[in-house]
Amino acid sequence: MKLNEEERAMLAGELGSVARTAIEHQIKVGAFFGATDFVPVTQAHVMADTESLGQAGVVWLERLADAKDGRVRIPTITDPRGTDFDKAAMLGQADWMLELERRAIDAFTRLGVSMTDTCINYQTVLAATRGEHVAFGDTGVVIYSNSVGGARSNFEGGPSALSAGLTGRTPRYGYHLDAQRNATVRLRVDWTPTQLNDWGALGGIVGRLAGNYWQVPVIEGLDRAPTSDELKHFGAAMASFGSTALFHLVGITPEAARLSDVGGDRLPVLQRIGEADVRALEQSYAVDSSIDVVVFSAPQLSLYELRTIADLCEGRQFKKPLLAVTSPQVKPDCDRFGYTKRIEAAGGTVLAGMCFYQSYAREMSETKGWKRLATNSAKLVNILGGYGYVPMLASMEACVQAAETGELK
Amino acid sequence: MSSTAFTAKHAMGRRVVGQALVAHDGFSARYDLNRLQGVFSRPTHKLVDQSYVDRILVLDTAKGGVATAWMLHEMRSRNMVPSAIVFNTVNTILAQGAALGDVAMLAGFDVDITAHIPHGAMVEVDPVTHTIRVLDGVDPPPVEGVARVHGPR
Repeated sequence: MKLNEEERAMLAGELGSVARTAIEHQIKVGAFFGATDFVPVTQAHVMADTESLGQAGVVWLERLADAKDGRVRIPTITDPRGTDFDKAAMLGQADWMLELERRAIDAFTRLGVSMTDTCINYQTVLAATRGEHVAFGDTGVVIYSNSVGGARSNFEGGPSALSAGLTGRTPRYGYHLDAQRNATVRLRVDWTPTQLNDWGALGGIVGRLAGNYWQVPVIEGLDRAPTSDELKHFGAAMASFGSTALFHLVGITPEAARLSDVGGDRLPVLQRIGEADVRALEQSYAVDSSIDVVVFSAPQLSLYELRTIADLCEGRQFKKPLLAVTSPQVKPDCDRFGYTKRIEAAGGTVLAGMCFYQSYAREMSETKGWKRLATNSAKLVNILGGYGYVPMLASMEACVQAAETGELK
Repeated sequence: MSSTAFTAKHAMGRRVVGQALVAHDGFSARYDLNRLQGVFSRPTHKLVDQSYVDRILVLDTAKGGVATAWMLHEMRSRNMVPSAIVFNTVNTILAQGAALGDVAMLAGFDVDITAHIPHGAMVEVDPVTHTIRVLDGVDPPPVEGVARVHGPR
């Protein structure tokens, strides 16, 4: 990779050991992908729940912070934590998990990172704009920012996103390049979903068809522009099922006003997707009618989603636990507008700053006896099988009803 | 020893020799593994219940989220990590994870590499030459599916 004067100085350690560690990591990754140089980025978003970091990752962070010779150079924020400290006991989380989280938070803070603890920063912190180069570290955040915002980011795992924050740049490869942003797969949708679970299922189908990180699906046929929450579920599921980082919706997303803008006119229609396909994916998870827990998470809920849940909770008393997970930026308004009170009056719990599958989900399952889980998040059902859950995908309304009756219909 | 060497477009890490676990399936440390027991745990994964510790994984593509970027490093700290991971296509997260976790990696072949490396074969991965080859004349141990727990948390 070609380095400028400042980058050479970082690599030589002239700007501190922290910057050197960061740029060494970035060069290793950039060289692997054939990046020719670095591109400056304006903001970074770091995924770092301690289930992923483990003791080793926290020690790595602490060593960086203890060096005291480097802090982030650009606004650098975080993905959800592995707990809501106020609700840790209710989740059955062990003291060692919380201690690891506190140590990670301390190390990040000493490096200058702002602990936003959110995977919906594009809704609640600062959305990246068209052409803006960023280093974002949550797949749902990347796909939304790239596709809906027209921003430019690769999937930046925790170490790489933090390195980008510490150096102010990232290797120029992948979705930072014009050539990578053209469509490679063309799909036609014959039915426009209305429920968030259906949007997620559709996203999952597209992700599976796209198949890998380097494929860019372009989709035609939606009969209206989706809302931000719909695109949130659609993109998060697509990224989870397919490792997809960018999609185009013809006439809707900014880079695809016309099919030809992204080269889609040169592609054959690979597949048409209809309501039956969405139902089939959802049905593939319908293995039990009884549930142990309802979880709304992955991604964190917006204020509007919480409002809808609060409305659905009216007049109910839950037999099963219902968890509604949001960001620390949204929670105060959720409290202020009475949504939290209404959800909790029915027996639900509103949590902030965490994500269910990033919070020692396997241990929670074992401690709480939660196995059969109902959710309206296609991303969550895709992930939780490996954690020993039986996840089932249904509408928000059906999930709330299941919390009341114990049965998912 | 000699056999066909398959050349990858992308390579990272050190030369390793080991037994290959091969499947035309994806990989995500979060989605697919029980990292405490060192086995594939996702029920629908083609390598379910197989131990990945010190094995050379030969798989189709990287899946899912960003957690693997930290997780390979964490797995390395407990000596419960694959020796190498070889992909048809890789995403940025797996490469970042290999970089931090010091796991050898190859990706991007002219053929479907999962169709050319026999499951259970002894193979050599050499990132310097960007190659993977089956080692002829080396009897591999039987592929086990027994879960073991190693190392401190």
